[in-house]
Amino acid sequence: MAAEDHCLWLYAVAGDSGGPFPADVAGVGRAAARPLGAEGLVAIVADVAQPEFGAAGLRRNLEDLDWLERTARAHHAVIEAMAGRYPVVPARLATVYSSEEAVKAMLHERAADFREAMARIAERSEWGVKTFAAAPAGPEGAAGSPAARPARPAAGAGAAYLQRRREQLTAREQARREAVVSARTVDEDLSRLSVAARRYPPQAPDLAGRAATMVLNAAYLVADERAGEFAASVRKLAALHPAVELTLTGPWPAYSFASPGGEGDEAR
Amino acid sequence: MSAQQDGLPMGQQDFLDAAGNGYGPEIRGERIALVDLLDRVLAGGVVIAGDVTLTIADVDLVTVNVRALITSVSNLVGPPPAAAERNQ
Repeated sequence: MAAEDHCLWLYAVAGDSGGPFPADVAGVGRAAARPLGAEGLVAIVADVAQPEFGAAGLRRNLEDLDWLERTARAHHAVIEAMAGRYPVVPARLATVYSSEEAVKAMLHERAADFREAMARIAERSEWGVKTFAAAPAGPEGAAGSPAARPARPAAGAGAAYLQRRREQLTAREQARREAVVSARTVDEDLSRLSVAARRYPPQAPDLAGRAATMVLNAAYLVADERAGEFAASVRKLAALHPAVELTLTGPWPAYSFASPGGEGDEAR
Repeated sequence: MSAQQDGLPMGQQDFLDAAGNGYGPEIRGERIALVDLLDRVLAGGVVIAGDVTLTIADVDLVTVNVRALITSVSNLVGPPPAAAERNQ
């Protein structure tokens, strides 16, 4: 029970046929996760300290990138320990309740939504595919290659520099455009193997940890029995489309497909 | 057959080059990127009103704050990303 100086952190909602629940995984605020049932559903919660996770604490802590990372990883660790074994509907980070009664009331109110979400994600997993523009070929880019460069009369060093720079920029822009076209094909092909797809905004190079421009940041909900086929398709597409580099992540708990009614594009 | 048996460990990533080859086990063993995780736990996950979080702000506003924070961090590191355009 949530004591007065505690509140309840919600990880996920599962069906009551689920379990065992990951009591041994170090969760948010180092509290053990525990099941809390109502309406034939089970909320996976943890008792967390009010000063850190109450309204004022959250407001402050969500601005702290270290706290955010620690908390996001702990939230994920608990959900990951369940996902893939039985359907769980992950909650968005920082969903906090003041009492067990409040959690039960939420389960009561949203029961139909949770059942619908569980049916949608059962025996399916989320896979992430990021598509980057491949670096233009050659040190100066494709447009800088001798074949592509018309013979020019001798010019001053400054003019030559500007010309080279222009060609580099053209090559980079050209590479990016080709990457966008390839990414569209990749996305269409992978969507056909998926139950649903969702696109996130491409990540900035600093955050993605790669210099290349990300042109597509997508999540796909894939039947577990087709996971091998999906991964093989990503490899095949990477080989077919030299304009892009692909990264595959997963399987993830179905974070991107948990919302009832789906923010993701529905089945195609 | 579950996806865990068939694919990579949950949440880990596989880098593929143009030939479709993975970049190697040392990268595969790396823990998941924070930015990939934040995409999912902040913008994904089922949105439910927690009664505590309700009192601070709409959950989406919290997400916006955090996104602003991340953007400002990236701006400290370097210039804003050029041409990070949405594909769709």
